[in-house]
Amino acid sequence: MADPRQHLDDPNRAVVGAGRPPVIAPGHTFGTVTDKISSIVLSRKTPLGWWLGFLFAFFLANVLFVSIAYLLFKGTGIWGVNIPVGWGFAIVNFVWWIGIGHAGTLISAILLLLKQTWRTSINRFAEAMTLFAVACAGIFPLIHTGRPWLAAYWLFPYPNTMGVWPQFRSPLIWDVFAVSTYATVSALFWFVGLIPDLATLRDRSQSRAGRMIYGALAMGWRGSAQHWHRYETAYLLLAGIATPLVVSVHTVVSFDFAIAILPGWHTTIFPPYFVAGAIYSGFAMVLTLAIPIRAVYGLEDFITMRHLQNMAKVMLVTGLIVGYGYLTEAFVAWYSADKFEMYVPVNRFTGAYAPTYWALILCNIVIPQALWFRRVRNSVPWLFVIAIIVNIGMWLERFVIVVTSLHRDFLPSSWGNYLPTFWDWSTFIGTMGLFLSLLFLFLRFLPMISIAEMRAILPEARVSDE
Amino acid sequence: MKTPAIYGLLAEFEDPTSLVSAAERTHHAGFRNVDAYSPYPIEELHEALGSHHTRLPLIVLIGGLVGCLGGYALQYWVSVLAYPINVGGKPFHSWPAFIPVTFECTILGAALSAVLGMLALNGLPQPYHPVFNVPRFALASRNRFFLCIESKDPKFDLEATRQFLETLNPREVTTVAD
Repeated sequence: MADPRQHLDDPNRAVVGAGRPPVIAPGHTFGTVTDKISSIVLSRKTPLGWWLGFLFAFFLANVLFVSIAYLLFKGTGIWGVNIPVGWGFAIVNFVWWIGIGHAGTLISAILLLLKQTWRTSINRFAEAMTLFAVACAGIFPLIHTGRPWLAAYWLFPYPNTMGVWPQFRSPLIWDVFAVSTYATVSALFWFVGLIPDLATLRDRSQSRAGRMIYGALAMGWRGSAQHWHRYETAYLLLAGIATPLVVSVHTVVSFDFAIAILPGWHTTIFPPYFVAGAIYSGFAMVLTLAIPIRAVYGLEDFITMRHLQNMAKVMLVTGLIVGYGYLTEAFVAWYSADKFEMYVPVNRFTGAYAPTYWALILCNIVIPQALWFRRVRNSVPWLFVIAIIVNIGMWLERFVIVVTSLHRDFLPSSWGNYLPTFWDWSTFIGTMGLFLSLLFLFLRFLPMISIAEMRAILPEARVSDE
Repeated sequence: MKTPAIYGLLAEFEDPTSLVSAAERTHHAGFRNVDAYSPYPIEELHEALGSHHTRLPLIVLIGGLVGCLGGYALQYWVSVLAYPINVGGKPFHSWPAFIPVTFECTILGAALSAVLGMLALNGLPQPYHPVFNVPRFALASRNRFFLCIESKDPKFDLEATRQFLETLNPREVTTVAD
């Protein structure tokens, strides 16, 4: 029991993997894991760095609020969109944010089903990232209608005085259902995972307010064996449900494009290539967040090099799938022998937006190949830089898909160009502020690593056979 | 004045192995109103207490089916009965186009019933429970393991049960006020 090496044969509990960095640094016990993670939340002093970071993020969030207020006042004319490019930044940003969210669900659900122990210390904040990213994503389809309260009747099926109902043959309605289901299920999954930790915070909080608030949220959780049994069943079922859900969400998002007959959108590779791209960008965002968080809060014992390396490998694989998607797009366009389809890649390679296309190839395909090298995967600064580059590359990908396809359609007389305005940028940057503000609040008030799950993977958690 | 009501006797253990073996011996000794508390899920504990399987998977299946049928029925009713519109000559009942929303509604129904079903079967939210009257029980969410024999058990006798619990090598046995 005391000797951690005896668990080497058991990959689910192994603290020290063969020749690889551990999932948890050796020497931790139930008590130290609990105290270390909960003290970040329960300490009375808020670090100065937190205040600076939060205030900066909150300032940007206010840029978003001002941008939305001005949009509602003036209308979508403040953006660069017009016919033929009716979908600009709003849809680019929507797809980008929702894609980022997918890594959280992937880490919490799919890796749980695959019994990947290393997910344990990153799943909580990856799920929080999912929620906040979906919140940012959800803003765009609503505000791109201009006056959302006038759009409600064709977005949601509710009995209205006009007797009008949504059009269920449209992928845009599928999207409403997919994204709202995704937001709901992600929130449920996250909250269920939090219940035991909220109980820990209730029991450890020194302040009356803390005990009351965490106590109310923990709902009287007491760690009963019966409760744990049902809890585990529910958690596993949720993971099983969330796995097809996460694949379906980005598939439906890709249908928004693929169901249309526009050259550059109307292609069957879109669903798998969108899902791979979503996971790619999501893992890039998890790395972008995990690297500073583990350094600032001193969590290198829990978010180890093993986690960073594994995420780098997932990025490498999904990045190659995305690269395959780009090749297939170009090949099918050529193979179709349809001159409108064949024009799409030519326009992307050499047209007005060619710089964005080549920048996307550089960011998504060329630079991430550095991850083949062990030295790069072992270097925290390199991983951070590559993750940010992939975030940029995936945003450019959505820009290329949305804008280059729309600006040159069948009729040359209706060709046009799109340039984002100040309000396009301010709305986009504002959602980053909203995202970071929510993330800062989460880091301060909720445990960013699942304490209960960390206890369960410690060597002392194993019941020895009599 | 009557003596204060007693909910049960609570024994504290320092590691999961002691708790599981204590739970097994308590079950063998014939106690049935027993619960064990741990800071993380212990698979063996549930079996040691002789508990049966949970009905939760059935609830989730029913929730998923209700979501599936409800989602499809909503689309059929809207597209065929309430608001039939000819779009590109497609049939009103264009079922392939209804699959994505049906799928999402299935997921939503199953997920909601998994969470609400788990909470309902567990009797949560529960604002008051007697075990919290024991100050050291706060450690059940940190690093300690507890076994409680409840006074409603037919075999419960304050002195005899306390002596039985002492034989399981606990760190401490406490009386839990109701």
